Amino acid sequence: MSGQHTMTDHTKELVVISGKGGTGKTSVVASFAALAENAVLADCDVDAADLHLVLGPDTIRREDFSGGKRARIIPEKCVACGKCAELCRFDAIRFDGLPGGAVAKTYRVDPIGCEGCGVCAWFCPAGAIEFASVVNGQWFVSETRHGPMVHAKLHVAEENSGKLVSTVRKQAAEVAAERGATLLLVDGSPGIGCPVIASITGADAVLIVTEPTLSGLHDLGRVADVAMHFNIPALVCVNKWDLNAEIAARIEADAAERGLRVAGRVRYDRAVTDAQVRRQSVVEFVPDGPAEDMRTVWAAVAEALR
Amino acid sequence: MNIAVCSGKGGTGKTTVATNLAVTVSAAARSAGYLDCDVEEPNGALFLKPEVAETRPVEVSIPEVDQAKCTGCGQCGEICQYSAIVCVNEQVLVFPELCHGCAGCWLVCPAGAIREAKRPTGQLAIGAAGGVQWVQGLLNVGEVMSPPVIAAVKDAAPDVDVLIIDAPPGTSCPVIESVRDSDFVLLVTEPTPFGLNDLKLAVEMVRALALPFAVVINRADVGDGETTDYCAAEGIDVLAELPDDRRVAEAYSRGEIACEAIPDYRDIYAQLLERITQEATAAE
Repeated sequence: MSGQHTMTDHTKELVVISGKGGTGKTSVVASFAALAENAVLADCDVDAADLHLVLGPDTIRREDFSGGKRARIIPEKCVACGKCAELCRFDAIRFDGLPGGAVAKTYRVDPIGCEGCGVCAWFCPAGAIEFASVVNGQWFVSETRHGPMVHAKLHVAEENSGKLVSTVRKQAAEVAAERGATLLLVDGSPGIGCPVIASITGADAVLIVTEPTLSGLHDLGRVADVAMHFNIPALVCVNKWDLNAEIAARIEADAAERGLRVAGRVRYDRAVTDAQVRRQSVVEFVPDGPAEDMRTVWAAVAEALR
Repeated sequence: MNIAVCSGKGGTGKTTVATNLAVTVSAAARSAGYLDCDVEEPNGALFLKPEVAETRPVEVSIPEVDQAKCTGCGQCGEICQYSAIVCVNEQVLVFPELCHGCAGCWLVCPAGAIREAKRPTGQLAIGAAGGVQWVQGLLNVGEVMSPPVIAAVKDAAPDVDVLIIDAPPGTSCPVIESVRDSDFVLLVTEPTPFGLNDLKLAVEMVRALALPFAVVINRADVGDGETTDYCAAEGIDVLAELPDDRRVAEAYSRGEIACEAIPDYRDIYAQLLERITQEATAAE
């Protein structure tokens, strides 16, 4: 959860978030990556990381991530007393384990339900529960055509995405310090919970990418409150604004009322998806239209970071 | 029958599909329920416009320390895996927002100085939208953990013929809490590189949970053909391919349900529901 970094004073950290998913956050980050000079990139959407699809990273360092421990019942030692099932608050103990040394059926930990609290292992009267660290993801340092990138992959059905997000940000800050980068550009995750909070705490600014729908308007309010809760200056960009010009205007008015800076609008254009299919950012793919919009938004954001 | 509607990637049309399915169930004269488990950003209500009958806080368990009884032995800090309770210089400190409510500290405390207390982290709302029974969870701003709020939504599920579960995006703990005991999972995707990458993660997740599932491709005429190829190669059924229809996008932007705003969609969703029902029954 901690946002404590060791970064040089002149490195600014910008986190791009969205509240609602699918508003075009990663497409904006890819364009900013192409436009920014001397930046380090971090993909903190570890649950569904996509930035690498556009940036084609060449991985130079790969590390295992362990976010916590997990319980495992050893059938040979289990006496089937049921204490673990009685104490587990996460409904993660099943009575369908293999035959044990002394009993015909043993208890078993459902690894998907287990939150790694260790209560079962601590209180097992037979000492039959192992409680050890597990690897639940990997993180990587890579080179891309737009600068170094730190990214990660959480294993399927794993916990602790917030801890992995903190790890990615910390490593990215170290890379930024080593390379003397002036910008740390972070692709955040949707929502307002654990991974989002882990990705924004201590950042210099967040850019909220939203869309002109009632859902976008509703979710913008919630994620703006989170940024405010953690005292992080926030900017807003309405993507695909021309899908509903009236709601786009309402979002910008609402943002201004909340004291958020409006960084600009990006039009709805198939070129954005076509660029993605060609593994490019839209500013690399077309000269004008949405690319022009992205450049305008980037200029406003860069100005605000100064 | 419980149908969870998921998507690895956000914004692929999960809420659109979930709300339209709920309305379609109800239109077929079957009892329908809709659980909004996307508790970080619940949006189903913007479309269903339910009348809220009841709201109540969602509470989680946290420790409360009686400093007078505490001996400073430090066992609470030893058992806690989340640094939510720590003992420094024989002084116990609690960080409630980090607590998972596992009960370890109050079970382990030899002095009986810790008791279980409650703390609100979200709100539950229960109501109805026409024939659809609606339940929504809302995580309080600044809170980290959505799974307890999701669990509360599921505990409040109505007893209906078909229950539609609108899950959060992604593939980690909140999604798993949402889909855990469903009968069938519908993965909504879009045929773009991002959509496909996140679909693959979602497929890995439902396979790890051993749940029957199928795919709906939304905005099927954008992007590329790789999603269809992937589903064919993996033997995954694609139950519907919905077009990139500006009328749907605009109806969505105004908070309207496609089936209600654009009559063509009634048949499309009736067929989708029929295919889900067949697949879910075959999987039993």
